[in-house]
Amino acid sequence: MVEQEQSQSMVSERPPVVAEVVDLNFFYGDFHALKNINFYIPANKVTALIGPSGCGKTTLLRCFNRMHDLYPGNRYEGGILVNGENIISPKVDPIEVRMRISMVFQKPNPFPKSIYENVAYGLRVRGIRDKSLIDQKVEEALRGAALWDEVKDRLHESAYALSGGQQQRLCIARAIVTDPDIVLFDEPTSALDPIATRSIEELMVSLKERVTIIIVTHSMQQAARFSDYTAFMYMGELIEFNDTKTVFNNASHPQTQEYISGKIG
Amino acid sequence: MAKSEAVFSFTKVSASRRIRDIKEKAIEVVLFLAASVSVLTTVGIIFLLIEESVLFFQKVSFWEFITGTEWTPLFAEPSYGIWALLSGTITTSAIALVVSIPMGTIIAIYLSEFASPKLREICKPILELLAAIPTVVYGYFALLFVTPLLQKIFPELPGFNMLSAGIVMGLMIVPLVSSLSEDAMRAVPVSLREGSMAMGATKLQTAIRVVFPAAISGIIASYILAASRAVGETMIVAVAAGLQPNFTFNPLKSAATVTAYIVQVSLGDLPRGTLEYQTIFAAGLALFVMTLILNIIGYLLAKRYREIY
Repeated sequence: MVEQEQSQSMVSERPPVVAEVVDLNFFYGDFHALKNINFYIPANKVTALIGPSGCGKTTLLRCFNRMHDLYPGNRYEGGILVNGENIISPKVDPIEVRMRISMVFQKPNPFPKSIYENVAYGLRVRGIRDKSLIDQKVEEALRGAALWDEVKDRLHESAYALSGGQQQRLCIARAIVTDPDIVLFDEPTSALDPIATRSIEELMVSLKERVTIIIVTHSMQQAARFSDYTAFMYMGELIEFNDTKTVFNNASHPQTQEYISGKIG
Repeated sequence: MAKSEAVFSFTKVSASRRIRDIKEKAIEVVLFLAASVSVLTTVGIIFLLIEESVLFFQKVSFWEFITGTEWTPLFAEPSYGIWALLSGTITTSAIALVVSIPMGTIIAIYLSEFASPKLREICKPILELLAAIPTVVYGYFALLFVTPLLQKIFPELPGFNMLSAGIVMGLMIVPLVSSLSEDAMRAVPVSLREGSMAMGATKLQTAIRVVFPAAISGIIASYILAASRAVGETMIVAVAAGLQPNFTFNPLKSAATVTAYIVQVSLGDLPRGTLEYQTIFAAGLALFVMTLILNIIGYLLAKRYREIY
């Protein structure tokens, strides 16, 4: 049984958990993209999803905030339990889910607005009008994203005047301004140079106190460098999930070992 | 070439290379000529307009032309105040824009952000078919259908009136606005929509707060094109708004537009070189200046609000 194999490879002692994935299956039309995924997301930790291209790691990530609902023909089965509620149930409004679980994308995608308005966006769509509250939240988020000192004098300039790394930190500020429970990162540094990458990684570590982070990365060094837990996926299946040290030094599945040592992928 | 014959050389020009160069040059010339035709046409029209207008302004004071509000060039005691015609053009165009801009924009937002791809594929061609109806048909539609309808609301409304012509002109322009605005909105990258939805925004919030502002320069361009189209429209106003020059901005009145005057006078048999004949060109020049100003405003607005994504 696949499930038994998976449970054997999991950590014995469970940390506090923010989300639990139970028998998750996902279909793009007829294509069975995720197969019986079972694992959990430890609270206030960085969980990395790794695996070769096409293994389903981004598909899995996008289940957490129901991004697949934006396109027709997609179907979920099973559950992702957050506070005991199944957030992929058709009864749950995807917009409510996205209000609690925000996302940072592969390429920086600031809106064609000012720096300030980019960060304030999440508050404005929630109907918040109180200017002093928005001012305060924007400053907090920009400080949290380690961007405040660089932009405090030009908050009302276009976000496109920023460098790529700054734009990505702006997108992180935008994602944390509403105090979400989980922030999803979809290969957030793949479009950035090494120095900007390092600053984003440091930022993610510092964000752990506030939020739980799930990150998709194709860089194993990145996963090893700063994630706490790692899930290795292959061909739509979750092969191994454990704390990052164990996955990288003492993987129990041969496929994981092969991927980490560079033989597949 | 035999291998033994020569060492390869970059500087030596082979026969095939010469043929390639000639072909390239020939194609370039053909393309240049094609591009020149449109430029030359524009230059020719402007030249003609200005040449005849200069003759006109030798006999009529320029000041009277741009400040006067009486346009009676065919009377025994003629006046040449272009405002009597411009007021008609401005009023009908304004009504047309009041109809077409909100309607066209709403349709564009719906088609680009809400309609399923299948519905969009069906709706867009049907909508664009509206633009294929001859304008003279629209003119009679305004005169024989819309005006009687409006007369039920405004019993005093004359048979020829600017309101009816303006409304129908607006309907005619709707597809222009909706089609171009939709193209502009669909060109906004998916990543911006996803970014907005991922923040918990609804589809409507995403459309209004992110997609619309991101596409604003293309949308403004469509509005300006709509305005130019309204200003230049001839048949609808000639048929439905009346041919009597009348300095008024009241849509419930009958008035001639610049274009209606031009078509009316040029259909008569005016001898070449007479002052009456030259009024056509002066009025045409006024119209040209008006659309030019609109285009410049549009260009500046689009530049001002351009959002790079």
